[in-house]
Amino acid sequence: MNENDKQLAELDSYIDSFDTKKGKLIVSLHKAQDIYGYLSVDIQKHIAKRLGIPASKVYGVVTFYSFFNTTPKGKYSIDVCMGTACFVRGSADVLEEFKSQLKIDVGGTTEDGLFSLDSIRCVGACGLAPVVSVNGKVHGRVTRADVSKILDDYKSKEATA
Amino acid sequence: MRINTVEELDKLAKSLKEQKSAEIIIKTCAGTGCMSSDSAKILKNFEILLKHHGLDNKVSFQPTGCFGFCEQGPIVKVNDVFYVQVTPKDVNEIIQSHIIDGKPVERLLYRDKTTGEAVKSFDDIQFYKRQMRIALRNCGDINPESLEDYIARDGYKALAKSLAMSPQDVINEIKQSGLRGRGGAGFPTGVKWEIAANSAGKKKFVLCNADEGDPGAFMDRSILEGDPNSVIEAMAICAYSIGADEGVIYIRAEYPLAVHRLETAIKQATEAGLLGENIFGTNFSFKISLSLGAGAFVCGEETSLMNSVEGLRGEPRVKPPFPAENGLWQKPSNINNVETYANICPIILNGGAWFSKIGTEKSKGTKVFALAGKINNVGLVEVPMGTTLREVIFEIGEGIRNGKALKAVQTGGPSGGCIPAECLDMPIDYESLVSIGSMMGSGGMIVMDEDDCMVDVAKFYLDFTVDESCGKCTPCRIGNLRLKEILEKICAGNGEEKDLIKLKELGEIIKDTSLCGLGQTAPNPILSTMNYFMDEYEAHVKEKRCPAGKCKDLLQYKIDPTKCVGCTLCAKNCPTDAISGEVKVAHKIEQDKCIKCGTCIQKCRFEAISRG
Amino acid sequence: MNVTINNLNVEAQPGQTILDVAKENDIHIPTLCHLNLHDTKVVNQVATCRVCMVEIEGRRNLMPACSTRVSDGMVIKTNTPRAVKSRRTIVELLLSNHPKDCLVCERNQNCELQALAAELGVRDVEYKGKRSRHDKDTSSYSLIRDPEKCVLCRRCETMCNKVQTVGVYSAVHRGFDTVMGTAFDEPILDTVCTFCGQCVSVCPTGALTQVDNTSEVWKAINDPDKFVIVQTAPAVRVALGEEFGVEAGTSVTGKMVAALKLMGFDKVCDTDFAADLTIMEEATEFIDRLKNGGKLPILTSCCPAWVKFIEHQFPDLLDIPSTCKSPHEMFGAIAKTYLAEKLDIDPKKIVVVSVMPCLAKKYEAIRPELSNKEIQNVDFVITTRELARMIREAGLTFNALDDDDFDDMLGESTGASVIFGTTGGVVEAAVRTAASWLEGKDIEKFDWTELRGLDGIRVATVPIAGVDVKIAIAHGLGNARKIFERIRAGEEFHIIEVMACPGGCIGGGGQPYYLEHDTSVLRKRAEALYAEDKEKAIRLSHKNPQIIKLYEEFLGDPGGHKAHALLHTKYVRRDN
Repeated sequence: MNENDKQLAELDSYIDSFDTKKGKLIVSLHKAQDIYGYLSVDIQKHIAKRLGIPASKVYGVVTFYSFFNTTPKGKYSIDVCMGTACFVRGSADVLEEFKSQLKIDVGGTTEDGLFSLDSIRCVGACGLAPVVSVNGKVHGRVTRADVSKILDDYKSKEATA
Repeated sequence: MRINTVEELDKLAKSLKEQKSAEIIIKTCAGTGCMSSDSAKILKNFEILLKHHGLDNKVSFQPTGCFGFCEQGPIVKVNDVFYVQVTPKDVNEIIQSHIIDGKPVERLLYRDKTTGEAVKSFDDIQFYKRQMRIALRNCGDINPESLEDYIARDGYKALAKSLAMSPQDVINEIKQSGLRGRGGAGFPTGVKWEIAANSAGKKKFVLCNADEGDPGAFMDRSILEGDPNSVIEAMAICAYSIGADEGVIYIRAEYPLAVHRLETAIKQATEAGLLGENIFGTNFSFKISLSLGAGAFVCGEETSLMNSVEGLRGEPRVKPPFPAENGLWQKPSNINNVETYANICPIILNGGAWFSKIGTEKSKGTKVFALAGKINNVGLVEVPMGTTLREVIFEIGEGIRNGKALKAVQTGGPSGGCIPAECLDMPIDYESLVSIGSMMGSGGMIVMDEDDCMVDVAKFYLDFTVDESCGKCTPCRIGNLRLKEILEKICAGNGEEKDLIKLKELGEIIKDTSLCGLGQTAPNPILSTMNYFMDEYEAHVKEKRCPAGKCKDLLQYKIDPTKCVGCTLCAKNCPTDAISGEVKVAHKIEQDKCIKCGTCIQKCRFEAISRG
Repeated sequence: MNVTINNLNVEAQPGQTILDVAKENDIHIPTLCHLNLHDTKVVNQVATCRVCMVEIEGRRNLMPACSTRVSDGMVIKTNTPRAVKSRRTIVELLLSNHPKDCLVCERNQNCELQALAAELGVRDVEYKGKRSRHDKDTSSYSLIRDPEKCVLCRRCETMCNKVQTVGVYSAVHRGFDTVMGTAFDEPILDTVCTFCGQCVSVCPTGALTQVDNTSEVWKAINDPDKFVIVQTAPAVRVALGEEFGVEAGTSVTGKMVAALKLMGFDKVCDTDFAADLTIMEEATEFIDRLKNGGKLPILTSCCPAWVKFIEHQFPDLLDIPSTCKSPHEMFGAIAKTYLAEKLDIDPKKIVVVSVMPCLAKKYEAIRPELSNKEIQNVDFVITTRELARMIREAGLTFNALDDDDFDDMLGESTGASVIFGTTGGVVEAAVRTAASWLEGKDIEKFDWTELRGLDGIRVATVPIAGVDVKIAIAHGLGNARKIFERIRAGEEFHIIEVMACPGGCIGGGGQPYYLEHDTSVLRKRAEALYAEDKEKAIRLSHKNPQIIKLYEEFLGDPGGHKAHALLHTKYVRRDN
């Protein structure tokens, strides 16, 4: 079995494990995103068929929830918290700095596929505000000046890898 | 372990209590905030080093939920001694000095802000002194992944007691307590349960709204991470009282730790027979499943939440019919948020009368607030209703950071409003907050100081609601964007006086006509800031000036040639090369290139750069 | 119960909405998203537009009249300054995100948003800002999507998902970016759309409109090298008058024929003739399947939208439908062979134009298998609405025209063919002929009332020549789905008629918009068809003298080789 088949088999056996297919779209999408990292059109169509719902409804749900992404993310996914606590402690400036250093907009991925940038709403680490989470690792009390340091750390990690 | 009867539960609780009191216990916060600053490593180090010192039989160490004092995290508690800002490297010293030599580590103790003295005992810390922890009773105290820990703290006793009562008596107890929903408008919980109980139908659902979306509010997450069983037990009590057999907890996918702890707790409770068929040998059966959100603030609205549980777009439904009659899968459903449920067990155990003695006339009990922003003590605080803002901010929160002046306190998240410093002495409850144009909401409390521009803050919230509007109804979908556009225009220095009238008029219409709570409250941040800080709006519109110096388009950075010595430091640090000048000659800022980032002001050592 | 509405004490029934009660008492409350087509049980009660907001005593906020149920003692005010101002602001907000090309919009003068703006006296749009940007979708042959004109009333979504169960549309994206879209924003031609056009029927604005083929038809008429034959479907004649202010349910066949002749068509024929032909083939096929143990039930195949529906949704049932082409396609096939021979015209020069109540016929006409020797059976399809516009363009005063008759050849028809235009009509016509043939003599029962009506699914068992023939009729694709699922589950039927549109062809996506969504119009159109059937001298398809002649002179036997080559088709699996 090649990697593609394995991934599909994992998804299918997950969907097949439901006792009813009613109301199982969002959990199936979560699972698919866990497996593939993002939700391609083909996978969305596949899920629509497996659950017996119109493809348009799947697309409607995928585009409604900000947690779902339809394009692959960068290797390092940078999430700048724009919750109120972080906002009043300057996270907007931090986000601007990431945008200008990475030369991408919020929701974008750098050309080399290394970084993608998003703004998120409150990870709940308000004591450390403003916070930036990179692949789930939280960096606290980030200032504009810290941005290049954070990026350099991950870049050098790449270089040595 | 399976608990089949109430007697077995009592016996187990008794033996667990006896065991626990004999030990030295080290508790390390394993909430999201502290985990972000390495508390997992601290725990690991305790494990390794206690073993190394041969202490692993004498001393127990455990992860706990959030202590609430996030500002000082990671937090480690050795019996009653409270260590703050602990790093993994400090673990050895704590073991050597405190455990082995009996001398607490002085440098890691919390220091009182006013006296500067080290405070040893947890109970003497200013942050905790005024608090009254009912909903957070176990947070920071028990291992959230241990059912036994919960049972040792009278866990599932309230369920056992309820099952011996009639469903109506349970509801009466909740009604008598005066408990109101902690997630929004404050609907009386007992009444809500009663309506669901009286709705016809064999199949009913109990839902828990754990889609805590208010940015800057994290009390629900802390409860779920620190004491998941308190919510599970309360849902079972609710299910018994309304005649439901199935529960769903709708939780944000952004809370992986809370999800994990809930899953663990549900699994343990099911294995122990505290969930499932014939609980405590009665006819009552109840099971709970989790439903993961996917990043949509509107799903905190109860009917949107139900659509989301059903796998649909999280768009609100037309109300009435209300969920109590026609909810999840068209079945009667009761929905409360996490904090509401967290109050249920103490009410059942201590009685509704006990709870109703706490708080104000119409708002009973306590409220958890997430204190954040420009405050010295960021964290979770639980205080009786009726406590004043001043007490929360200046006594518990120990004032504003960097000695700045308080400008406003924002409560209620994107649905709430900004409360000015004049209202600090008002006792906080549901009614008083509404009377000053804000609301309780879930309990976010963001402190703002003199550097915060209230127009900019209003724009921030509108940005949020525009982003999170589901798009179903016209006023919210288009109206809120138009409001935001007017604010942007004002912040960019293009505001006209009629824009202020438009903001108000359109804001009122959006409140009056929107389909769900999100739209009906979205203009609140604008309307309340206009109410209390009109002078700031007028300064932006009439004088094209941002008094707080926040709105970049209204700012200009200038170098005073009499003060500039030409050190070149500002030019070197300017990210856009907007500053030019020869060495030892006064520098100049090219306004076209300047992005108003403020780096030059920070770098200048001669106070030669001004902003205005 | 009693409620007070604008200081008026009125009686109300539990379960009624404020809007219902207001209507009963002649109080007008403007609406936009609301849609309640009582006769076909289509309800869109999403309360998204917030135009119908009213004040209710004791409620903090305004409430939508369309979806708020009355309660005893409720005090309602529909016209306070607060309610009126809110309504006007809501419409202004909608206009602030709407293209301003009303003068050249397809829906100019019959747009519900435009009417609302006029009614509320909107004179200026105070709120300005970002506008939604979306590409027009002109991919299909039937309908055009212009999402910039969408007001998110969700009627199309309700229609496509809840009523038709096709599921082409969903709200996609969120907040201001929300739009009624297709899966993955694919062009509608590439979706499961059946082109029934019901979404177009209910769209209040120009966001969903038909593809306009009138200019191609004018071009053909004005081309001296072309011989242009027009045929009109039965449902057109009982609806066209509405476009000219004639009362619904009036048959305007004579004036329509006169207009078509004046417009310059070379021959004006009747699709009814081809309907009779369809019955000949379909009844033959049914009897063959019945007697020789073929696949039952047999499914009527006149409706191109349900053909596409079954191809996508029930590909395992593709052996059930009759292989008969739809009547206008049969007409085209005969026109370009038999008639061409008779008139001695090169088939390539013949242009067949179908006037249909339907948008799916536009798509059907380009299906490659509906051709003969690489010549499409039908060249252009225009709808009832398009015909009305062409009549206006031609400067004809429709109501003043003298009645005229269809051309002789391929113009004669029976009462059986007329009722093709309403739900149940095709099966009734087929039963009349099949029963006659099976019993060996022409039946005397013409009115099979057990097969009539507007119930979504109707099942009847009728004894024919000793066989209890079980017939099912469904209109609306959601009802069709239910029938197909019953077939899948093993329920046995003999004949099934399916029409995609609620009411059958009289409710087609190309028919005049029903004013005020008054679906009693549908009943009136149906009554007009049954009345015309009754008046016809011949009411059995196989007794149509021109049909008899056609088989004698040209086709041979019904179901025979030549008939098969010209009048039958095949279906395509589209499940992937």
